[in-house]
Amino acid sequence: MSTQASRAAARLMISPSVILLLLWMAVPLGMTLWFSFQRYNLLMPGQGGFTGWDNYYYFLTDPAFFTALKNTLVLVGGVLLITVVGGILLALLLDQQIFGQGIVRVLVIAPFFVMPTVSALVWKNMFFNPVNGIFAHIAQAIGLPPFDFLAQAPMLSITLIVAWQWLPFATLILLTALQSLDSEQLEAAEMDGAGAFSRFFYIMLPHLARAATVVILIQTIFLLSTFAEILVTTNGGPGNASTTLTYLVYVQSLLQFDVGGGAAGGIIAVILANIVAIFLMRMIGKNLEA
Amino acid sequence: MGQITLKGVRKAFGDVEVIPPLDLHINEGEFVVFVGPSGCGKSTLLRLIAGLEDVSGGEIEIDGQPSTDLPPARRGLAMVFQSYALYPHMSVKKNIAFPLKMAKADQATIDRKVENAARILNLTDYLDRRPGQLSGGQRQRVAIGRAIVREPAAFLFDEPLSNLDAALRVNMRLEISELHQKLKTTMIYVTHDQVEAMTMADKIVVLQAGRIEQVGSPLELYRSPRNRFVAGFIGSPKMNFIGGEEAAKHGADTIGIRPEHIAISTSEGAWKGTVGVSEHLGSDTFLHVETDHGVINVRGDGEVSLHAGDAVFLTPDLNQLHKFDAEGLAI
Amino acid sequence: MARKVSTRRKAIMTAIAWVIAFLIFFPILWTIILSFKSEGDAIKSPLQVLTSHWSFESYFVVQERSDYFRHFWNSVVISLGSTLIALVIAIPAAWAMAFVPGKRTKDVLMWMLSTKMMPAVGVLVPIYLMFRDWGLLDTRIGLVAVLCLMNLPIVIWMLYTYFKEIPNDILEAARMDGATLSSEILYVLTPMAVPGIASTLLLNVILAWNEAFWTLNLTAAKAAPLTAFIAAYSSPEGLFYAKLSAASTLAIAPILILGWFSQKQLVRGLTFGAVK
Repeated sequence: MSTQASRAAARLMISPSVILLLLWMAVPLGMTLWFSFQRYNLLMPGQGGFTGWDNYYYFLTDPAFFTALKNTLVLVGGVLLITVVGGILLALLLDQQIFGQGIVRVLVIAPFFVMPTVSALVWKNMFFNPVNGIFAHIAQAIGLPPFDFLAQAPMLSITLIVAWQWLPFATLILLTALQSLDSEQLEAAEMDGAGAFSRFFYIMLPHLARAATVVILIQTIFLLSTFAEILVTTNGGPGNASTTLTYLVYVQSLLQFDVGGGAAGGIIAVILANIVAIFLMRMIGKNLEA
Repeated sequence: MGQITLKGVRKAFGDVEVIPPLDLHINEGEFVVFVGPSGCGKSTLLRLIAGLEDVSGGEIEIDGQPSTDLPPARRGLAMVFQSYALYPHMSVKKNIAFPLKMAKADQATIDRKVENAARILNLTDYLDRRPGQLSGGQRQRVAIGRAIVREPAAFLFDEPLSNLDAALRVNMRLEISELHQKLKTTMIYVTHDQVEAMTMADKIVVLQAGRIEQVGSPLELYRSPRNRFVAGFIGSPKMNFIGGEEAAKHGADTIGIRPEHIAISTSEGAWKGTVGVSEHLGSDTFLHVETDHGVINVRGDGEVSLHAGDAVFLTPDLNQLHKFDAEGLAI
Repeated sequence: MARKVSTRRKAIMTAIAWVIAFLIFFPILWTIILSFKSEGDAIKSPLQVLTSHWSFESYFVVQERSDYFRHFWNSVVISLGSTLIALVIAIPAAWAMAFVPGKRTKDVLMWMLSTKMMPAVGVLVPIYLMFRDWGLLDTRIGLVAVLCLMNLPIVIWMLYTYFKEIPNDILEAARMDGATLSSEILYVLTPMAVPGIASTLLLNVILAWNEAFWTLNLTAAKAAPLTAFIAAYSSPEGLFYAKLSAASTLAIAPILILGWFSQKQLVRGLTFGAVK
């Protein structure tokens, strides 16, 4: 519904964004792809050249890759589980009539606004530290030996930190979805004789399913790139016990200066993220029609 | 000022032709109503005249000027939208002044014209309010005010009353008619409501599927509809159509008779039937009578005291009988 | 209409909700408390911490030793700069897609979104090398550019969903009233979209402020924003809890306050309009 003149203007106005994003994506990604087939180490400037699939071969057969893949899955899966289940429970709670609802809400969403480096360091030092952390003080008070979280259970600890950061996000989205539920639907169900549990399982939960899917997909995208939390807590260690895919690529390219190997890892990360992204895009795309 | 001529104007969205080539001439000072069922292309036609859509073919002339390729702003037309399209962040005064500001008029002219428009439309007390603080009727008047100050060659109205409640609609209908008499400017008015068309128009253009079915004064359309579609669309309650043997008797494929052209009797008449539902409005009575020729709607005076189940005889006024051939065209 | 529930039920729910909210907020609260303690007191047990002396000392130490405000200023410049530039680029694009949709508008929107799904680590190597070769490493301008491009899809999407809610009629009315394209956008669209533009600005400033992949990898000392500055505390020397807490409190306070204002828009922005 428009005229030729306005369509021409529209093309003109949209082009800066399109061109910039195209450059931002296509050029570096193309370079990554190119590097991934090159022997390219910043420490060995002389030895360049095409190496075919070697970088991929070394990256994929490196035992660190499997540890990283496993850790990535543990991190993403663990955080998703905690945030979605916790988010639904919290959303239900916040949807109740309570005194000081506004303040409770504000307190609950606060962790989302804390920058990753701060939350990681606060948890690492003030909570997980085996000598001075709060958990150590509590353990001491009830007579338990102190537990070195980051050394003995690094993935669990990092998962906890990241889950703490993302729980507000899940809660907020699920709460928004819950509040968009037509209260007449619930009243109709009540008139039909559905009790509180039936109403939850047959009406609220299906209504939340869409929002929960959105939460899962979006969090997955962000969680796959979790970086700062690992960098400042464990540096991927002990050994590579808490190295994820993102972190492995970082280590390989910027710490070991193996540009080719890092690039191959980067491409693999892109492929994995895209698998998730396809599902997410489908959902958002459907919403565009409406 | 205010002659508009469409020559072979057509519009297609992609492969779908919503308006086949169409010719229409609108005279200076005329109140023209485009009427038709929803989706008939009447709003699209208005938007083509406004320049909000490109024509896919044909030419538009406004006051003898070829205007097909002019942008909306340079056609000298003003439009009142269905949603009023007021600027919510501006006061009434600024809303009305906006076209003048865009035309870079000086402040004195703007003030004078805005005051004048406000006086005509009884908006003087509301000039400092925002649209959100006005009632539906007042918003409507602001939208009209914004159109008036441009002193356009023609006003375009796109279903302007459809968001108002019934009582207000009748009022605004009168106000717009009065405005037309006062300004004597060409007005093109789009509506799906044939009552609005009948009461306001000098000339009605009945559209269906993008085609013009008939153009004429309200009474012309009422008295001699060119085809079954127009016959059924104009007039309320709708014309009754009877086919088969009864129509063949009159040498037609279908005959049509308006509810107000049927005499009611309890003793004798052409068609025998039973009253289904009777609606007593006080001034009139509408009867839905089940006959051998199907349900026939009849309009009687307020004193008719027939009720569901009563036997009744109907006699059509043969002078008012409309006859249609197999293609639906009037004979 | 919400129904009235019994006071007893409301009281129980209130108690549960407050306890949980307190636990979730506790790490932040504890950080704030420790920032007002001396280093010696900060490592004591929680009860001893609460009863110990309060002071502002750590805040002064943080500023003196590490030039806190330079990093704070870097964060402001980078987050605000990248968002404002993104807005200027995005408003016309969002206008075009919202009001002059074509056959491919949806595809363009989805494609823009897909650029956001790309894991940063996939382009880390080339971006790093380009920055090194062009002398952009550890510069604010470099980070502004990267964060602007990174958030551009979200900015366009958020604006698009807000613009979509403005009836096309109003813009057409402006066109009929003789407005040119620029006056249409300047006098009609932008004032009407101010709330939407403001929340887009707010959310993207927050996202840029907290961004911790590029800011950590592309800066060293000079242009380091607060994310990178705080990360420097990961290898501690001596007692540093109070200083870390003071620096952290300062780093998160502005964004916490902004964030609380943008709760509603947050949902919409981060789900690309899929949940409203």
